[in-house]
Amino acid sequence: MKIHEYQAKKILREFGIATPEGIACFSVEEAMDAARKLGGGVWVVKAQIHAGGRGKGGGVKVAKSLDEVKQFAGKILGMTLVTHQTGPQGQVVRGLLIEQGADIRKEFYAGLVVDRSSRRVCLMASSEGGMDIEEVAARTPEKIHKVFIDPVTGLGAHDADDITRKIGIPESAAAEARALLQGLYQAFDSTDASLVEINPLILNADDHVVALDAKMNFDDNALFRHPEIAALRDLDEEDPAEIEASKYDLSYISLDGNIGCLVNGAGLAMATMDIIKLYGGNPANFLDVGGGATAEKVTEAFKLMLRNPKLQAILVNIFGGIMRCDVIAEGVVAAAREVKLNVPLVVRLEGTNADLGKRILAESGLTIIPAGNMADAAEKAVRAAGSASEVTARSTTASTMVPAPVEGGV
Amino acid sequence: MAILINRNTRVMTQGITGKTGQFHTRMCRDYADGKNRFVAGVNPKKAGEDFEGIPVYATVREAKQATGATVSVIYVPPPFAAAAIDEAVDAELDLVVCITEGIPVRDMLRTCHKMRGRKTWLIGPNCPGIITPDEIKIGIMPGHIHKKGRIGVVSRSGTLTYEAVAQLMEQGLGQSTCIGIGGDPVNGLKHLDVMKLFNDDDETDAVLMVGEIGGSDEEDCARWVRDNMKKPVVGFIAGVTAPPGRRMGHAGAVISGGKGTAQEKLAVMEACGIKTTHNPAEMGKLLKSVLR
Repeated sequence: MKIHEYQAKKILREFGIATPEGIACFSVEEAMDAARKLGGGVWVVKAQIHAGGRGKGGGVKVAKSLDEVKQFAGKILGMTLVTHQTGPQGQVVRGLLIEQGADIRKEFYAGLVVDRSSRRVCLMASSEGGMDIEEVAARTPEKIHKVFIDPVTGLGAHDADDITRKIGIPESAAAEARALLQGLYQAFDSTDASLVEINPLILNADDHVVALDAKMNFDDNALFRHPEIAALRDLDEEDPAEIEASKYDLSYISLDGNIGCLVNGAGLAMATMDIIKLYGGNPANFLDVGGGATAEKVTEAFKLMLRNPKLQAILVNIFGGIMRCDVIAEGVVAAAREVKLNVPLVVRLEGTNADLGKRILAESGLTIIPAGNMADAAEKAVRAAGSASEVTARSTTASTMVPAPVEGGV
Repeated sequence: MAILINRNTRVMTQGITGKTGQFHTRMCRDYADGKNRFVAGVNPKKAGEDFEGIPVYATVREAKQATGATVSVIYVPPPFAAAAIDEAVDAELDLVVCITEGIPVRDMLRTCHKMRGRKTWLIGPNCPGIITPDEIKIGIMPGHIHKKGRIGVVSRSGTLTYEAVAQLMEQGLGQSTCIGIGGDPVNGLKHLDVMKLFNDDDETDAVLMVGEIGGSDEEDCARWVRDNMKKPVVGFIAGVTAPPGRRMGHAGAVISGGKGTAQEKLAVMEACGIKTTHNPAEMGKLLKSVLR
């Protein structure tokens, strides 16, 4: 789960991390009040969205007067911010963080992630702050220093001092930097974070180290023991289809293609997307119905896919293990009856009770295109989506029922 | 003699009294000689009772002492699953298979730390388990799709592994052992560990490895294969079309920081002499093509 910068900074302050004074705002008036309250002559107006790269997209502005605060706040609030992390559709800005301007002497980078190979939390730090850290890693990997942290002892003073020195924080600020890095790790560990990133971490004119920006992501599997963090979830930042899916315990991700996929199991779901692409089509979504899918769950999954106006075909790919194909088939039939299925439907059933499942589909009277294996299913779905888009293009309304090609025998 | 488990393995079930534990213990018991292999259950509150004839003990240690079981399978709910692994490690079992999905990463970091230098091997968590066809099945995979043979299968997925097995069967190829190592970012055995075991197993002729986006386990394994493997290996990586930064169902299946893409993994595998396919419908055919 992701949270906003102002929320992350609030959490980090509880762990002793210094941040600029700031106030979260949701209107121009609030922004003006905040600037007055903070005082000083320079403020930073920062768009609060979950994606990174806000500065480049015009979502971070330095204001040198209250008039400028008003001007920038008015411009940024409500704008659709497009960054390399939002995708081309962008994200509407609903909140701002107004902060006192900082006097930056030097910028650094500090981040914490889980390193899979060493099975430890990794502290990464660099002298190259304020830049895209992925680019730094690609171009000058020697400028990224790492410490792999022992989960029992935590981040030791020696390791913290060592990395502080390596990235070039001066001796005069070393003690403060050590405390900050140790605080970051404590925050990461005790909140079950999956990512903490400070970019930039700065050394200011008064020789203090300050987290100028902050990003925190959390392990969804651990939210059950952090209700205060779960409460920070901002549904406005999420795809409505994905929110709907999570209510039914479906794992769903919207993509930009036109072939909906309904699959059991994450690996098989990804492989199904891959094979659709391989056969010249484009998947409209990733959808894993999980191991315990019921007829109701399958129906909800169909409704989700059919909300997508671009949808031209649906491919159901099920390998029944513990989940029985007849249960899925009944779900498909129930869903097709309940929702208005206006695109061709290709179904491939394999594994436990596959024959029974196929018979249920064949006897349902529904227009279903059966497929014998994954390749056959992908080919048929791509062809069906192609002819469906032609029909749609010719018809006057997009919701016209599209007759699916009928094939004999299952 | 296949790897890790065989017809003589004795297994205890941690979380045997829950709905999932009951269901899968029955399925495993009914597979091959399962009724003589699944010999104990563990539940501190139900010690002294039995589950359909399988005695339930208070602790892993007691179950081990009373029945000689050296392997455990875990269906304990996520908040308590890491502690269940810890208990099995402390009791010095040979192997723990953790099926549970949704264990917090922080718990697994601590558990893996405790396991350093200990004798116990861990498969999972969030995995389908391990099967040596026609001998023993420990986990949730459908037993009936497998057949005894000489191909090793290692995969991060559940149903995609079943798909791979079905494709092998279409080619007339049975399996020595199939292992699903799980879809979590922090887990026990990795592709590399399993590959070493298959390399040393005289009942395995070739290996099919199935990976997915995220991490660098497949690359690490590929480099080891290049330098050490005596048997042909083929592979498939799921997620060529996955968008970066999005977690694709599995907690571990995410491309982050430009790392862990399917293209990168496939390229490294090819460079290391592992034949790969971009087509998930051709895993079986590809394996067949490299058999000597």
